[in-house]
This record gives sequence, C-alpha cells and structure tokens, in this order.
Amino acid sequence: MSLLPVLTSWYAYPFEELYGWLDDNVGTEVAYVVAAVIGAVGILTFVGLGALANVWLERKIIGRMQVRRGPNRVGPGGLLQPVADAIKLIQKEVLQPRAADGGLFNLPPIIVFIPAMLTFAVFAWAPDMVYADLDVGVLYLLALSSITSLAIFIAGWSSNNKYALLGAMRVIAMAIAYEIPLVLSLLAPVLLVGSMNIPEIINWQREHHTWIAFILPLPMLIYAFAATAELNRTPADIAEAESEIVAGFHTEYSGMKFGLFYAVELVNALAVSGIMASLFFGGYSLFGLDRWVPPWAILIGKIYIFYFGLIWLRGTLPRLRIDQLMGFAWKMLIPMALINIAVVAIQVLLWRELELTNWVLVPYAIINLVLAVVLIRQFYRMLTAGFYRLPTRVRLVPEVSVPSLPAPGSATQP
Amino acid sequence: MDDLAVVIAFYVLAGITLLSALMVSIVRDLIHAVLFLILSFIGVAGLYITLSADFVAVAQVLIYAGAISVLMLFAILLTPRSARDNSRVSYAAPISAIAGLLGAVIIFVGLNTEWAEVDREIDGSTARAIGNALLDPYVLPFEIASVLLAIAMIGAIILVRPNDEEGDL
Repeated sequence: MSLLPVLTSWYAYPFEELYGWLDDNVGTEVAYVVAAVIGAVGILTFVGLGALANVWLERKIIGRMQVRRGPNRVGPGGLLQPVADAIKLIQKEVLQPRAADGGLFNLPPIIVFIPAMLTFAVFAWAPDMVYADLDVGVLYLLALSSITSLAIFIAGWSSNNKYALLGAMRVIAMAIAYEIPLVLSLLAPVLLVGSMNIPEIINWQREHHTWIAFILPLPMLIYAFAATAELNRTPADIAEAESEIVAGFHTEYSGMKFGLFYAVELVNALAVSGIMASLFFGGYSLFGLDRWVPPWAILIGKIYIFYFGLIWLRGTLPRLRIDQLMGFAWKMLIPMALINIAVVAIQVLLWRELELTNWVLVPYAIINLVLAVVLIRQFYRMLTAGFYRLPTRVRLVPEVSVPSLPAPGSATQP
Repeated sequence: MDDLAVVIAFYVLAGITLLSALMVSIVRDLIHAVLFLILSFIGVAGLYITLSADFVAVAQVLIYAGAISVLMLFAILLTPRSARDNSRVSYAAPISAIAGLLGAVIIFVGLNTEWAEVDREIDGSTARAIGNALLDPYVLPFEIASVLLAIAMIGAIILVRPNDEEGDL
C-alpha cells in the first residue's frame, strides 16, 4: 500500500524537492513566488488547452447531435480545427468603428477573460493541490460571475451600435436575474457543510462517502440552469442570438477580439462544470478511487462529463425568449430556491443541534428528492396554466363569444 | 504591516483607488465616470484584502462592483443623452473647494490621532466571525436591515406595476 502514493503522485516529487531546496537555501518568499508561478502556469496551461479542445469538442458533438459529421477536413477527424480557427481569427482585419469609444473598445476582451481565468484558482485538484485556499471560496466564485456581466456591458456600450447595446442590456438583465438563483443554490451545499471553503466541501463529501448532489438534487438542477443562463449558452443565449440582433454585444468586434469572447465563453463553460463537479459531485474524489488514479485526472474527467452535458443542452433545446427566460428566473427558480433553502436550513439545524447520526442524511435525501419533484411539478403547472385561455381583445364588430379551450386537468382562474 | 510586499501593495491599491475616484469627477462622459467608480470599488476590495478581511473584500466586489454599479448604469442609460455630460457643471468650483477642505480636515485628523493598534487574530474564518456577530450582539441591526430591504423590494414592485388592472398590454 505504500507504493500507491508513489504511483499516483510521482509528478509532485520534483516540485517538492525544488520547494524544499529553495526554502532552505534562498528563502521562503522566493520559494513561495516560484511555487505560485509554477502553479499559475499549470492552471493556465489547462485553461488554454481546454479552450482549444472545447472548440473541437463542441463542434463535433453538436454536429453529431444534428446528424452530421462536424469538422472533418482539417487534420485527422477535424482535430486541427481549433488551430485553423485561431489562425483565421488572427489574420483578420482589425476593425474599429470610428465613433466607438477609443480606449474602452479594446478593454472588454481583456476584462472578460480575467474572471474566467480566476475561477480556476480555487478548485481543489488533489487533497493538497489548491492554488488559493480561500475561506470564502464559494463567494469568490459568485463575485467573479458578476464581473463578467460588467465586461459584456462595456463591450456593448462602447461599440456605439444599437444592436450591440440591445444585446448588452439583455445580457445584464438576464445576468442579474439569474445571479439570485445561482447564489441561493450554491448556498445549499454551504449550509450542509458549514463552510465556504471548497477543499473542505470536497473533504465533507469524501468523509460522508456521498455526493452532495444525492442529498440536494434541487440546488444542483437550479445551479445547472442558472449557470447556463449566466454563460449565455443556449437555451439562454439571447445575448448572441444571431437571427435576432446580428451578433449581440460582440457585433463590432472582429478578428482575435471576437476570438477572445468565444474562447471566454468556452472557458467559462469549463469553469461552471468545474464548480458543479467540485461542489455537487465530489470534486477529485470518486468513492476512494482517488488513491489509485491521480485525483486531478478524476476532476478533469468530471469537468468534461458536465461540459458534455452543457453541449447536450445546447444541441437539443431551442432558444428561449427573453420574457420566458426572465419569467423562469423570477417566477420559478427564485421561489423554488428559497423554499429549498428554508427546508435545507431546518434539516441542517435538526442534524447539528440534536446531534443526530450521519445516517439521517438518507431520509434527508429522500425528502429533498420528493420536494424537488413536487416543487418542479407544481411550479410548472402554475406557470403554464394561463396559456390555455384564449386572449380577449376589444372587438370592433360584435360577434359570438369565443369559447376558451378547456385546460388539461384543472383550470385555474387567474 | 511591516512586510515590504504589503506596503507596496497598499500604495499601489491606494493609488488606483484615489486616482480612479479623482477621474470620476473629472472625466467628461458619465458612463466613463461610472466605470472609474467600479475601478475604485475594486481598489477598495484590494485594500480590504491587505487587512486580511477576505469576506468583506469578496462581498465588496460582489455587491458594489457587481450589483450597485449595474444599478447605476441602468439609471444612467435611462436618462436622455444630453444630460450625460459630466463636465459642464456650474457649481464645480465651490464643490471642489468644499471637497478639498473636507479632505484636508480628514487627513489632518487621521494623521494626528493616536490610533490604538490592535494585534488581534480572528480564530477561524472571518465569515464565521461576522456571522456570529450578526446573530448575537448585532441581531437588531440585522433584522432592521432585512426589513428595510423587504420594504425597498415592495416599493419597487409597486412603482413598476401597470396603472390599470384590466388594460390590455
């Protein structure tokens, strides 16, 4: 059994040697700086390679879902397609409208990439492999998502283009609307674990031999959809609806600036998948498998499974209208999240104060699952009941009264 | 606060904050002013981090730079374009005199006060300490703040309600 740590963490030994040598000979500060630089380079390598791989993955998988092959010309199986995309974007002419805000126009592609990169700093890739062990890790992730919407607004505003501004306003309205269910759904695991520290949440899942998604299914679903809306992905990509507002907030951006927006969208998708994997699905732990397999490989595998789920949503669902999206957020997700928080808080209080055994999590899981099914069903019926009534208009010519269709089941009179 | 890195970080962050706060009042376009205000918010968050107040720093970014600045941007975008000129303000001279006077008074008082430096460590996380403080000694301001937020939300809903109930949209 003592061979296993060597097998799974052989890559860590040279770095530990380097840190020890620097710590003894040169100084602790220099060792810290070198460790920080190496860690940052590692994370940024993953982000960069992930952006490249995601371009290919997304186009290939969506192609397959749409019963076509996807890119297959550039390289074997289209694997060099991201490289071709990057070269194409780099060699394009950089256009800037004359009336656009000069310095402000070039800023958003940079600003929008910063939160995407910073999200990966708080992930726990292995039991002792966290870049920034923040005590407020979950809140830090929420703060970063609120900066992204600001950058998109600056992009839409500085383009001096009505369609871009319209896209930017839509994005901001949707972003601040979906931030509330995002926060509330991420509050549920924090309540359960009692800490906002992400390695601690993963440790909790390891100690209790369960995933938080089994105990709290409704926050997981709410987070999945709220994060999709925050990412501006289909079904919530009203910001870049190509058929409606040209290209939304990045209409005026050409060449690599648009490339940066596109890359940020993919990197953000990876980040959201990472958050879901860490908080709801155990992070680097897989019921003890992380002693045999390098834990960061497990985390990356989970991230790509959830990224496949996001691509699946994109390939399957049609785009929702802006009023449908806002109605969904305010009328359905927020009440469901609030009710869920109340229930989870009561459960955690009973569990902690009465010092109940850990097996009480099983009935909690069943209660939460029943609650999720009941809430989703009831809110769905409440929100769609009104659509079976024909609209009444003022008629210039009197005619016979138009009968309204009988609603399925019980019709509620609003 | 004796560490060289902390001192450098403090001066850089303070410089960013003060410079962007100055640019808020100088720059011509109102949207640019709001963007510089956002930069000063983020600078203040950085200053909170130098004081090891991690929860307050992240909450500052989340609330100020994330929500309040969006509110200000929406408010500005709903005003007509002619009212967005930040420069031609007739009372610029008296206001800048008063602001300079206020700044001088605050700096003078700040430099001449005997600050009691407390070297107390918070055991555990600051978020937990703030949470305990909000529920034990400061529970009344906490509840009053939540009632205030509920009143604000109800007021906002009443303000945007359509006037006649049976009018077609």
